[in-house]
Amino acid sequence: MNLASRDIRHNFGRFVLTTIGLGLLLMLVMGMGGIYRGLVQEATLMVDRIDTDLWVVQKDTRGPFAELSRIPANVEDRVRAVPGVLSSRAFVSTTIQRERNGQPLRITVQGLSWPEDRGQWLPIVAGRALGQAHYEMIADESLKLPIGAKVKLAKDTYAVVGLTRGMNSPSGDSMAFFTLRDSQAIQFDLSGEAVRLERSARYSRAKQIDLGRAQPHVIERGLGPSSAIPALGPPAISAVLVKVRPGFDPNQVQSIIAMWPDVSVYSTDGQRDLLVRGTVDRARRQLGLFGILLIIVSGIIMALILYTLTLDKLHDIAMLKLMGARNTVILGLIMQQAVLLGALAYIVAYIIGQWVFPWFPRRVVIIPDDLWMLAGIVAGISVLASVLGIAKALSVEPNEVLA
Amino acid sequence: MSNAPRNGDAVLEATNLTKIYGSGHTEVVAVRDATLSVARGEIVALLGPSGAGKSTLLTLIGLILPPNTGRIVIGGETVFENHLARVNVRRFRRRHLGFVFQKANLIPFLTAVENVRLAMEINDQPSRASKRRAMELLEYLGVGERADHLPSKLSGGEQQRVAVARALANQPNLILADEPTAALDSVRGRQVMELFRKVAHEQNAGVIVVTHDQRALDVFDRSLEMEDGRLNPKALPARA
Repeated sequence: MNLASRDIRHNFGRFVLTTIGLGLLLMLVMGMGGIYRGLVQEATLMVDRIDTDLWVVQKDTRGPFAELSRIPANVEDRVRAVPGVLSSRAFVSTTIQRERNGQPLRITVQGLSWPEDRGQWLPIVAGRALGQAHYEMIADESLKLPIGAKVKLAKDTYAVVGLTRGMNSPSGDSMAFFTLRDSQAIQFDLSGEAVRLERSARYSRAKQIDLGRAQPHVIERGLGPSSAIPALGPPAISAVLVKVRPGFDPNQVQSIIAMWPDVSVYSTDGQRDLLVRGTVDRARRQLGLFGILLIIVSGIIMALILYTLTLDKLHDIAMLKLMGARNTVILGLIMQQAVLLGALAYIVAYIIGQWVFPWFPRRVVIIPDDLWMLAGIVAGISVLASVLGIAKALSVEPNEVLA
Repeated sequence: MSNAPRNGDAVLEATNLTKIYGSGHTEVVAVRDATLSVARGEIVALLGPSGAGKSTLLTLIGLILPPNTGRIVIGGETVFENHLARVNVRRFRRRHLGFVFQKANLIPFLTAVENVRLAMEINDQPSRASKRRAMELLEYLGVGERADHLPSKLSGGEQQRVAVARALANQPNLILADEPTAALDSVRGRQVMELFRKVAHEQNAGVIVVTHDQRALDVFDRSLEMEDGRLNPKALPARA
């Protein structure tokens, strides 16, 4: 006869409520682990997905995802000339916030090097990759922009031609992909008044120098568009992505580019490592510590629950001892309830989590390894938590029945 | 008149039992040099005022507490010699002793039949056999139709009958009852006492009942009275 199941049957309502409560607590532990994983995955998402061997970024910076990186666009051509380089392409990344239908719209704008890179490597779940040099965008579905939606950014309107799934920046913002030129237009957009003021400032500066006074046509150039002034550099890019020719050692190519004094170069692994150890390091450590605290709290709560359940049964346990029951019978009564409580709470946590986690604003990634680990922890907690109750039960004297 | 059984072989022989609580100036002698024997099939009443040491004597005989001095032999086997146990006390209790108390002390989350079965399963009886015997015992004690009810759904008298069935489950040599009718009205109290007599005679077990209930003394074969920890024989009224 299984005493634990009989006791649960007798106090079924209380057991169910306790299981649900504990399950919700374990769901938080599970979710915390999932957010931790999600954070790391979001941080390294682009680095992992984009098909490249080396990242060339601004000197002494950690790349476009970790911090601001600006390098001249011509680095793309310089890199292409390095022996062993198969291809190089410019890459722009910047985060903007606009308003759409009265709601804030945060987008991490990613510039793709048209026409080599049309975004065909992206996880497109609807629509297509970029099909023209301008005015098209691929948006992540979390932006809630349908295919065909028109979005006005800077001075132009862009049509959504494709949708991706799960493409978020390390800060959790949804990504959208444009051609490089379009992303630069969005990034460096200036108002008409700002353009006029800049031209006026150029005109004033040119008039104050000998060249301007001696050659009036230079002053006239200064009043024209920026693109018509060869002395001004083209808008900067965030990074250059380098693909190494098959048979060549990426480390060798990296060491050549690393000698250039104006840029830094990272391998894909190095870039990922920088992101995990840098950008999200504190956040993931905080989540990890919080998760550990939650596990400890769960253990304490479970121990208290089992201890209280045992206290309720002390008289019955004394009677069992008086009848001559072995300690294993009493131990089984408490331990089986503890393990069952832990197991059912874990299942509740998993089921509710599957339903709730997709609604979280940040990515929650639950992997089988983490589930197994948590199951082991819950089993351990169940056993440890029951120790307090078992110790109390074993200390009961059979003559307490007479009290 | 003595503390020895009138006839039959002794199921219990307790010799010179003494139990002392506390020490120094807080010392209380609860049982003082008590000697008694109970035969198989005999039902003995243990009488006396509150605090006389009746329940303490029962806990000594029931192997719940060890005596300070004295010897306890149950079913021919020496169980305690002074404060030293000569057997595995818990195992001996489950095999040879049955208990009934003022409160039925049934396990609240088990049905009547499960409470009786539990005593047998603790004693390693097979599940099917224990279920059959539990039902037989409940039928025997007149609560067979209440077998599947939880204790909370049984009356006080029914609960006590289930407790008696549980005490009988392992066919013990000795049944110890501590004021089993105190919570019952006089009619039900007498019924329970008659039940003990029936059990003692039909199951051939020794029964010791601690009681204050003077109205049902005629059901006993013999009575003993305790006063200040001492045990003395006491004359019984004639059986009605």
